[in-house]
Amino acid sequence: MSQIQYTNRAKPVDRRPLNFIERLYLWNVFIGMFITLKHFFKKKATVQYPEQVREVGTAYRGLHILNRDEEGRERCTACGLCAVACPAEAITMEAAERLEGEEHLYREEKYAAKYEINMLRCIFCGLCEEACPKDAIYLSHTFTPTNYHRKGLIYTKEDLLIPNPKTQPEEYAKAKGLIEEKKKK
Amino acid sequence: MNIYLLAIDWWFIIEKLVLIALIVTLCLIIAMYETYGERKVAAFIQDRIGPNRAGPFGILQPLADGGKLFFKEEIIPLASSKYLFVLGPTLAMITALLTSAVIPWGTSLEIGDRNVPLQVADVNIGVLYIFAVVSVGVYGIMIGAWSSNNKFSLLSGLRAASQMISYELAMGLALIAVLMMSGSLQMSVIVNKQMSGALGGLGSWNIWYQPLGFLVFFTCALAECNRTPFDLPEAESELNFGYHQEYSSMKLGFYLFAEYINMFMSCILMATLFFGGYDIPFVNESNLAAHIGQNWVALLSFICLLAKAFFLVFVFMWIRWTVPRFRFDQLMHLGWKKLIPLALVNMIITAALILWLKS
Amino acid sequence: MNLVNILFWFLSALTLFSALMVIISKNPVHSVLWLVLVFFAISGHYVLLNAQFLAIVNLIVYAGAIMVLFLFVIMLLNLNKETEQKKNIWIKVAGTIAGGCFLLSVCNVVYNAQTGSKEIANKAILMGKGSIGLIGNLGKELFTNYVVPFEISSVLFLSAMVGAVIIGKKN
Repeated sequence: MSQIQYTNRAKPVDRRPLNFIERLYLWNVFIGMFITLKHFFKKKATVQYPEQVREVGTAYRGLHILNRDEEGRERCTACGLCAVACPAEAITMEAAERLEGEEHLYREEKYAAKYEINMLRCIFCGLCEEACPKDAIYLSHTFTPTNYHRKGLIYTKEDLLIPNPKTQPEEYAKAKGLIEEKKKK
Repeated sequence: MNIYLLAIDWWFIIEKLVLIALIVTLCLIIAMYETYGERKVAAFIQDRIGPNRAGPFGILQPLADGGKLFFKEEIIPLASSKYLFVLGPTLAMITALLTSAVIPWGTSLEIGDRNVPLQVADVNIGVLYIFAVVSVGVYGIMIGAWSSNNKFSLLSGLRAASQMISYELAMGLALIAVLMMSGSLQMSVIVNKQMSGALGGLGSWNIWYQPLGFLVFFTCALAECNRTPFDLPEAESELNFGYHQEYSSMKLGFYLFAEYINMFMSCILMATLFFGGYDIPFVNESNLAAHIGQNWVALLSFICLLAKAFFLVFVFMWIRWTVPRFRFDQLMHLGWKKLIPLALVNMIITAALILWLKS
Repeated sequence: MNLVNILFWFLSALTLFSALMVIISKNPVHSVLWLVLVFFAISGHYVLLNAQFLAIVNLIVYAGAIMVLFLFVIMLLNLNKETEQKKNIWIKVAGTIAGGCFLLSVCNVVYNAQTGSKEIANKAILMGKGSIGLIGNLGKELFTNYVVPFEISSVLFLSAMVGAVIIGKKN
């Protein structure tokens, strides 16, 4: 009886009746125990997490970050494209107009007064990143957000904004490095 | 035994009480570290590291687990019968510890002019005593299962009872062959018989003469301890948690502990019956005693017994993380149709050989 | 009053009390458990009589196997107040008469033990002496003097087993 093969990987199940040694069961148990014993001495796959962090690829999509330009001004103009693109509807924002004297804070005339991402809803697909026309939102390599309350997992603008390059240049460089790396791809 | 057990000799009583206290403590500590060992073995077989946060290499993990169990909320289900609910884990623990009474733990100590044997009671029916205690041990599970008033617990209790009764038979039959070889039910005699032989006792271990008997006994011991592949009474995937489903806090701890003590005791028993007990291989004990003193030999022999038992415990764990669980009909099939005839054949062959060699 | 006597009285009281509790208990599971306790106490008596083998076999066979099966069945049946059958008055009367007869014969034995035949009259039980209950002696006795009844009873067990298998096979 020939079976249809859909892939070249399919291994047909051996339907022959068990021979004497197989029916004894014991010999096969010994083989199994030998296999597990081999694993006993193998290299362990464990990563000691908080101390060691597993390397992630450059395309990894972690928590979001809201970008600033070189002068430390927020890039986001609250156009809402990211919120529209979001399949999980995790992003909410409120726009506001830039007032006189706030030019050093916001790059364009319109900015996001409120910008929230619900990390419980977010599926980290990166569509917001692709939708953004202003290079304002990126997905960083940080992961495992944890909190004791659901409320704490709704990230506000303060949680999301990248450090200011003027006041905190070191943190900014660190965060920026990841973005640059990502942009190269 | 005889009337001596009933006559009052104060030194004797103190000596025995100290011994009992030591052995019980030993059993409890070993049970604690068996849980740690089990997790480590499981982890290593699955290419992981296992608990390593509490203390160096995680050796304080059992303490943390015990502390956690102690501080858990104690819940007694309303619809359960309260006394029996408490009696269940108590019985399980007591029967698990009672087995240790007749095990010879090592050669005798010399304290002052007294000769202190490292055995609580050298009764003339030692092996049968263990058998009786084990067969009573199923009550702990059954009572706990029934009084929980939960159908999963009840199912698991019934499974435990039928499994224990079925495998006790094969175990007993395998044991008879060993007893025929040593000609006594007394544990000390069984061990002494294995101590004199080629290679400092190694040549007269029962395992060389009773490999089939050992295999049957080992399989039954796995079933009696409810260890995988015979852990049907606590098959998580079918029964949620098994007979201790409704238990919490230290009562649950008692059940879990009793299981590990049972495992340790059955390994000690197998070491005693088949691997020469406290016999130190390649060494003649009485010659050694003349060189370094009786007490050091006692210590060494005790360590030897523990080493043998620990190896068997390791094999128990190794099997657990290798072999998948049996189905219930397979379990019964193996017990009644395979192991019992095998044990019977083994017994008859042994008897025939003994008679032939004697004549 | 030495230790043996104290143990004897304690075990006797325990036996009688648990035996009574077997009858008095409303719940059949409790009855079975009390019965197990009775077997333990009786095993204690065997030990006092220096019959350790009998004591342990009593535990293995009765407490460890038969009572477990009893418990097994009772747990499966899940007996309780609602399922209890109404008892016929005649069954009650018959039970009373049978029990009374048994009580009478027990009284007779006790009475005989004090006044009757010289063999057992006014004799204390052999505590901690005698060796008939030890495994070697018992085995010799069973396979020499009592070999015929012993083998016949084993045939009886075999027939019971065969019967059970036949009943099981039918379905």
